[in-house]
Amino acid sequence: MSTLFFLLGLPLAGTVALALNGHRRFAPELNIAFSSGTFLAAAALTARVVAAGPLYAMEREFHIDALNVFLVALTAFVALTTAIFSRPYMRVKLEHGRMTPKRLRLYHSMYQLFSFTMLLALTTNNMGFLWVAMEAATLATVLLVSVYRTAASLEAAWKYFILCGVGIAQALFGTVLLYMAAERAGAGADGALLWTHLDAIKTSLDPRIMALAFAFLFVGYGTKVGLVPVHNWLPDAHAEGPTPVSAVLSGLLLNVALYAVLRCKVLTDGALGPGLAGQMMMAFGLLSVVVAAFFLSRQRDVKRMFAYSSIEHMGLATFAFGVGGPIATFAGLLHMTVHSLIKSALFFAVGHAAQHAGTQVMSEIRGLVRVNPTVGWGMMLGALAILGMPPFGVFASEFLILTTTMREQPWATPFLLVALGVAFAAVFKRVQPMVFGETELKPLPHPPALIPVFLHLGLGLMLGLYIPPYLEGWYREAARMVAG
Amino acid sequence: MSVLGLASQVLEIFAALALAPLLAGWVGQCRAWLQNRSGPGLLQPYRVLHKLFNKDSVLATHASPLFRTAPYVIFGCMTLACGIVPTLSTDLPLSPAADAIALVGLFALARVFAALAAMDVGTAFGSLGARREMLIGFLAEPALLMVFFTAALISDSTSLTTIVRTLSAREIGIQPSLALAAVALVMVALAENARVPVDNPATHLELTMVHEALILEYSGRHLALLEWAAALKLFAYACIGIALFAPWGVAHGQAPAALVFALPVLVAKLAAAGFLLALLETVSAKMRIFRVPEFLGMAFLLAVIAMLVKILLGAGPQ
Amino acid sequence: MTGLTQQLIDLFAALLLLLAFAMLAQRRILSLIHLYTLQGAVLVAAAAVMGYATRQPHLYVSAGVTLALKVFLIPSLLHRVINRLNVRWDLEMLINVPTTLIAGIVLVIFAFYLAAPIAGLAASIARGTLGIALACILLSFMMMITRSKAVPQVIGFLAMENGLFFAATAATYGMPMVVELGIALDVLVGILILGVFMFQIREQFDSLDIRHLEKLKDD
Repeated sequence: MSTLFFLLGLPLAGTVALALNGHRRFAPELNIAFSSGTFLAAAALTARVVAAGPLYAMEREFHIDALNVFLVALTAFVALTTAIFSRPYMRVKLEHGRMTPKRLRLYHSMYQLFSFTMLLALTTNNMGFLWVAMEAATLATVLLVSVYRTAASLEAAWKYFILCGVGIAQALFGTVLLYMAAERAGAGADGALLWTHLDAIKTSLDPRIMALAFAFLFVGYGTKVGLVPVHNWLPDAHAEGPTPVSAVLSGLLLNVALYAVLRCKVLTDGALGPGLAGQMMMAFGLLSVVVAAFFLSRQRDVKRMFAYSSIEHMGLATFAFGVGGPIATFAGLLHMTVHSLIKSALFFAVGHAAQHAGTQVMSEIRGLVRVNPTVGWGMMLGALAILGMPPFGVFASEFLILTTTMREQPWATPFLLVALGVAFAAVFKRVQPMVFGETELKPLPHPPALIPVFLHLGLGLMLGLYIPPYLEGWYREAARMVAG
Repeated sequence: MSVLGLASQVLEIFAALALAPLLAGWVGQCRAWLQNRSGPGLLQPYRVLHKLFNKDSVLATHASPLFRTAPYVIFGCMTLACGIVPTLSTDLPLSPAADAIALVGLFALARVFAALAAMDVGTAFGSLGARREMLIGFLAEPALLMVFFTAALISDSTSLTTIVRTLSAREIGIQPSLALAAVALVMVALAENARVPVDNPATHLELTMVHEALILEYSGRHLALLEWAAALKLFAYACIGIALFAPWGVAHGQAPAALVFALPVLVAKLAAAGFLLALLETVSAKMRIFRVPEFLGMAFLLAVIAMLVKILLGAGPQ
Repeated sequence: MTGLTQQLIDLFAALLLLLAFAMLAQRRILSLIHLYTLQGAVLVAAAAVMGYATRQPHLYVSAGVTLALKVFLIPSLLHRVINRLNVRWDLEMLINVPTTLIAGIVLVIFAFYLAAPIAGLAASIARGTLGIALACILLSFMMMITRSKAVPQVIGFLAMENGLFFAATAATYGMPMVVELGIALDVLVGILILGVFMFQIREQFDSLDIRHLEKLKDD
């Protein structure tokens, strides 16, 4: 119980502390301190769950099981490394004058609030709170995206707010329907929105209500996953916000939104039998993969390009969950993990590269390897990893997804293969000159934090070569839960 | 067909013919009172009709027979319309022949003849009026139909007598769909009868008039018939409103006493309706002709919402 | 007794739908805010009647929260915003009003079609109102799409939230209290943030026209 208390209490305390001190010199260190505390709590919690199995807290309002525990650990980890990365990054921005101490205070405070909402969304057992946390996450990230106060960032934040606000409203309607189904199935008013309770009675939930509920929940949370055709906010928010925010958007928010969809899918499958939920997820997942892959080649802004790559990968994971079955679900979970690690590493590298070049336009970033070999190689390796080159983890998960698709849904295989090929060509064509071309870039005034980049890439590499047995145990357990 | 039914049918038509100018006069008088004028008196429309019937009718040289027959057709349509709206009794011999949709058709027929006749002589005003009249009709008719459909949904029949019988048997209560339909009907009635927010019956200002432009070329008995038909139309719309939204006091079946009782009730309700119309006309301002489509669009929308609300809330008790 | 409350709830549902259409057709920002306030008041009345009919005290609480938030606080904030920004002018619409209204009717039919199979399953007293709630949500959504200015878009967003509240009340006699409070808090914070945003957008673009916010495109 106490670890959970620390896990949620620390970022909340951090929000308050940084709202008061976020503009001071030691604020980035304070931010890191709170994030590391949160990470330690997450690690302790993970160890406990691995040792002792699922746990509840606060009259079952909170619930940690195999599905969310690895996401809790991942979230806390990426939040910590991003906090480390953001320290020198924001220092440079402060000197360029794009950040002011006042904005920095808002940024740090909202960063902690964002981690809090993410962890709340993951650990809560109450579908209503899940919604509240997702909405709060939207609010926090809207402020983060618009922190530069430029015209473009305001536009991106406005679009983000309106689109996600509308989306999340659909999810609320879905939640209302879910509650209605639960009440009709005889759940008391108190337990009616608790996921574990719903899971226990899922076979007696009214299929007609659940079908409609899932449609709304999927559209709602799917908007936050960034699925085509409700993805428009995502590239803008990624490109115009500060790079640490892009990293946590791709690394955390999309994952947590997909997690919410998964929770809903489990209930829907229970009520309706497999079919509807899986088909919807496959359809929109595949659409996202294909559309995003073709949009990749049209990008000129490096962060926009990797944002589209996020849409593509989230689409792939959604597709995998839609295919269902233990192997595809396992692959989907693995894909979520490695994508989160590698995409945030890529954004770290991209952030430094853009600071070197003073622009995010790809044609003006050239020859990173000459001016800063670590950033250059980080970007190259990250790009190769995200494109699914062996031996990185993305290769393993994509390979699993593809082989399962060939067996279960052979019609989809050509689409996936073409999309992955197109994505490879588009991204590699762009990244290669950025890393190796002739350069006129200047070195940075502050040494960049490159430990996070290589830590993430290292973990991504490890997951490609070898999955530790306890991790594999989790994945299997979680896959069993999701796939039924 | 019973003798009593026949009697009530005849009584209803004659009541309409006799009372329609009175209603028009009453509305005019109320308007005058509300505007602090003394007014021409209740019987003014009768005097006008009398005067016009005693005058010679002047026809344009190019006028075709259509121009001459149109007033009779229009007058006939309106008389028939008044005959099939059950105001005094629900036991009407004409009722099986014409239901709510036929009633809308009758209005449309009258409109077509009015528009053709107005264009027949070939003056600019006639064509202008005809065009505007068709525009209004084109938008008002669907709205009127939707109002009838709402009522028809409640009573499972498009026959007006059945509708009135069902609605008057219903216990008094709040019925959102009927309330919406009532508002829609008032809006349609205002437009169709050339009342204030859409048209002004008391003016001959060229740019705005609709109804007056239509009958500008008529004189003598033709004009008298048309004026009488206009009064009948107003009467018919008032009766539709009463039949759908305040159907209490109408005689059902074989009860001569109820029929005798129904007439004063009808007069009282018409007086109230006329006063409300005058009030509405006094407080609202004439709108630009280009806003009329929007006004009628709102009426249509209201009527459709009424119907949809009825369908969705249909599970509730009626 | 139940007959009367049933009729009242039906009436409120119809009123909400009517208000949603009125907002869709409304050209003036000020009237839009008045309509929004009215919609909030109808919601409060509906929740209170429902609470009275079903003897669920928490519905009174949520009616009270709604009253404070949607009838007093948010409208006054909106009034302040439009006064400070001086944007009381008539609005232009991206699509003309009749077309919008006809599309609205189609949306309502769609909503009813979606809700029809499950409408009968809702809490018995508010049977049928679920479809109206969904229709209100979709209409508000459409209002957001058809407006080019920031303030009406926000009002559309808020009206959508009203529709959701009504859906929750109609389908299940309201969500659990804590969840409802969380939702109310989110909405309030959201509206504050949007308010701040409007000032910033105005500062950046000298206008609240959302069409200025179309620079970010893929090319």
